[in-house]
Amino acid sequence: MKNQSISDTLKLIKSKKISIKELSNNYINEINKNKDLNAFIYFNEEKILERAEKLDNMKEDLPLKGIPLGIKDLFCTKNMPTTAGSKILSNFQPTYESFVTKKLLNSGALFLGKTNLDEFAMGSSTTTSFFGNTINPVSSENKKLVPGGSSGGSAAAVAANLCLGATGTDTGGSIRQPASFCGVIGMKPTYGLCSRWGIIAFSSSLDQAGIFANNIQDASILMYEMAGYDPNDSTSSNVEIPKYHDNLNSNVDGKIIGIPEEYSLPGISDEINQVWDKAIKVFEKGGAKIKKIKLPHTKYALPAYYIIAPAEASSNLARYDGVKYGFRSENISSLEEMYELTRSEGFGKEVKRRILIGTYVLSAGYYDAYYIKAQKVRKLISNDFRDAFKECDFILTPTTPSPAFPIGEKEDDPIKMYLNDIFTVPASLAGLPGISIPYGTSKEGLPLGVQILSKHFNEQEIFNAGYYLEQNNE
Amino acid sequence: MNNLTKGSKYEWETIIGLEIHAQISSKSKLFSSSSTKFGSEPNTQVSLVDAAMPGMLPVINEHCIRQAIKTGLGLNAKINKFSIFDRKNYFYPDLPQGYQISQYKHPIVGEGVVTIDFKDGSSKNIRITRLHLEQDAGKSLHDQNPQKTYVDLNRSGVALMEIVSEPDMRSSEEASIFITKLRSILMYLGVCDGNMQEGSLRADVNISVRKIDSDLGTRCEIKNLNSIKFIKQAIEFESKRQIKILEEGGIIEQNTLLFDSTTGKTKSMRSKEEAHDYRYFPDPDLLPLKLEDSYIDLIKKEIPELPDNRKNRYKNDYGLSNYDSSILTSEKSVSDFFDKVININTNLKKEAKLVVNWITSELFAFLKKDNKSIEDSPISPENFGKLIQLIISDKISGKIAKDVFEEMYKFNKSPDIIVQEKGLNQVSDTKEIEKIINNIIDTNQDRVKEYKAGKNKLLGFFVGLAMKESKGRANPKILNKILIEKLK
Repeated sequence: MKNQSISDTLKLIKSKKISIKELSNNYINEINKNKDLNAFIYFNEEKILERAEKLDNMKEDLPLKGIPLGIKDLFCTKNMPTTAGSKILSNFQPTYESFVTKKLLNSGALFLGKTNLDEFAMGSSTTTSFFGNTINPVSSENKKLVPGGSSGGSAAAVAANLCLGATGTDTGGSIRQPASFCGVIGMKPTYGLCSRWGIIAFSSSLDQAGIFANNIQDASILMYEMAGYDPNDSTSSNVEIPKYHDNLNSNVDGKIIGIPEEYSLPGISDEINQVWDKAIKVFEKGGAKIKKIKLPHTKYALPAYYIIAPAEASSNLARYDGVKYGFRSENISSLEEMYELTRSEGFGKEVKRRILIGTYVLSAGYYDAYYIKAQKVRKLISNDFRDAFKECDFILTPTTPSPAFPIGEKEDDPIKMYLNDIFTVPASLAGLPGISIPYGTSKEGLPLGVQILSKHFNEQEIFNAGYYLEQNNE
Repeated sequence: MNNLTKGSKYEWETIIGLEIHAQISSKSKLFSSSSTKFGSEPNTQVSLVDAAMPGMLPVINEHCIRQAIKTGLGLNAKINKFSIFDRKNYFYPDLPQGYQISQYKHPIVGEGVVTIDFKDGSSKNIRITRLHLEQDAGKSLHDQNPQKTYVDLNRSGVALMEIVSEPDMRSSEEASIFITKLRSILMYLGVCDGNMQEGSLRADVNISVRKIDSDLGTRCEIKNLNSIKFIKQAIEFESKRQIKILEEGGIIEQNTLLFDSTTGKTKSMRSKEEAHDYRYFPDPDLLPLKLEDSYIDLIKKEIPELPDNRKNRYKNDYGLSNYDSSILTSEKSVSDFFDKVININTNLKKEAKLVVNWITSELFAFLKKDNKSIEDSPISPENFGKLIQLIISDKISGKIAKDVFEEMYKFNKSPDIIVQEKGLNQVSDTKEIEKIINNIIDTNQDRVKEYKAGKNKLLGFFVGLAMKESKGRANPKILNKILIEKLK
């Protein structure tokens, strides 16, 4: 079953060569064998088999019938607890199903469990989870690597073949970066393509659901099933969703590929640049034209991101106060103490750091200097991309400035940790769709990835370009 | 009008501005579909959004937007075609999100104006600064358990309009006339039920004092007043408190105050130093609200006749005084009653003043005694109109009419039937009246002599006797006329 595709699996199920129950048992075994990866933080064999049986008995044909998926533990699920990787929600069981997971369930998907993540999706390493860190399956015995983050559990689960696909969310790179670190495909669609309803909010103007998969075809099938307009999310877009997988076309002849000069950063290792060059050459071989472009405000993207995202987070996380649900400290004797102790005991270090940053930048006297300025930068960055896409169809960049790093390495240096997102954050600020495709390896043999960006709602073209690259991965 | 307050040393002017929180008449909340019904069991009208469950998102209720625009138009205000919902961040157990969604820098409605009328016939314009939309918080219940506070989220997310006035009022009287007028406009528009007891309309009062022609003083804000009486009391107390401090050489601290209705005093809730930093920023869950002219124009067409227009109509069409007109229009239900009465017959239009008098004296007195509103009047506008017509056409006298009115009020009957049943028709037949008068003159010859000798006052005595004789039914005009003739 290794590297089985979704379409192959669907064929096996349809032709009754395998029952969904048998298939589920295979995946349950895999997950149990790989418990040390800590990819899944909730996993209930009984419930999986119950669902599998139900699907086996169902006559109706569904587009994802029986397809085993991992769900990032940021999506609220009715039949599984939802924790956001935080102590403060460690006992939280939603009574509702997120829009995206509901769509997947309605399409017949089989959820194997909830995958690990950085607490409240804040991180690039999946080391800030209350439930321990996840290990990158590409690690060697003696050197445990991070899977990237925040959707590290999902990336690791797909990479280790513990599921056929997994959902993620991407705020500044939380799908693309772990996809690159784990050597799988990670797609973050246009902001507004997937409803945010029922996804625990980190930074509302940036959060977007997306998908991890082993190949472009699987990613495009899953993306199609997740996307769609939701009137309950005011930022959701009412656009037609093409059947990406039916339209896949690997012809890049005549396409113009933009190469932003600002992404050639000093100090980035040669292996990253070599892989980037290799991808450029492969596209050229297919008839694509390469064009150097300018994204002049790129260097301000990371600072702007680390103002806007924490600002929104500081407000979004105010609801975890011990009053209504979730963790409440036991040692309280006053209202103030309830807030202070619940939140200082319930949140981890990184979450607290970001709440503090966010509170600070929104404070009277600092708001204009930080928040307003960051919003202006965000607008400039959007304009950069808008102008660039007048000259090219895609932008091709590396996904990350380095391959996966050892667990614990950047723990004490938040700035170094934040630099992981340097290539992914600008597109997030502009709300653009982006994909990370495994491409090449580092000197140590670790997976690397390249990122393809395009215009808003141009997911089809991104899948097509990715399809080409996938087929020409030497 | 002199609005100065005498202190022990100087004369002081009180400067007042109001912030009114009006609950929008809407079946569902501002950002969720939960019901807004008043008085339901605690926590029975709470959606996932109202309880701020993880991952929940607000969706704007279009009806509330329309209501806010309607209000803006009713306040002669500028409708802002671009407005933004902001988050006002603070922690409180009955604020489940940890922030209130409100409008800060870009409210939906800008500057407007409300005209208030005084008894002496003069009027004054009070400027409106802005109107914005916001959600209400829940309610903390501190009195259910000695150790615990319970939270009821039924109100959480209910749509409010905050209407802010300029500091244009100079006395508690002006403030009370203003809020009465504003309340009536909201009720005419159907955008707020105006029920202050249930908290549908609450006011924060900003108040400062100054010596004539000097700069504005430091203001204090009195929070959450839910009756016009309390607003007046609070202003009067607070104005005196500030004057006393200043005359004794002290300074006013910019405090937020609460009014205690049992003592009639204000007390400090928090000082400026303790004021929250609300960290307002645009709510990223909601897009900016953009309105089209055509949309606003459609709403314009739904605006009913407002109190000022009605008042002018009464003055112009029926010749009523400014004061009578504003009394009638201050409550929409009273003015609706008046309109129904007056439209029964053109005769009534000519005698509009008589209609007003009967409404504001007789009807109001009876309703007040029973603590009833005019909507629950046992006398229908139709019957009320019939009664006035009987008076105008001299079918019954004013005195008899009062008795008929009482019967109508008690038994919900038509005045025609009462008059017929009791034989109360006014006697206008000169022969019949003459007969009565002749009789009186015959039996009171002594008095007739006195009268003829110049004691004119006795006329009333004869009228009284004749009226009594006719059981009050004689037409007083005809009676007088014949009597004077006969006594010549």
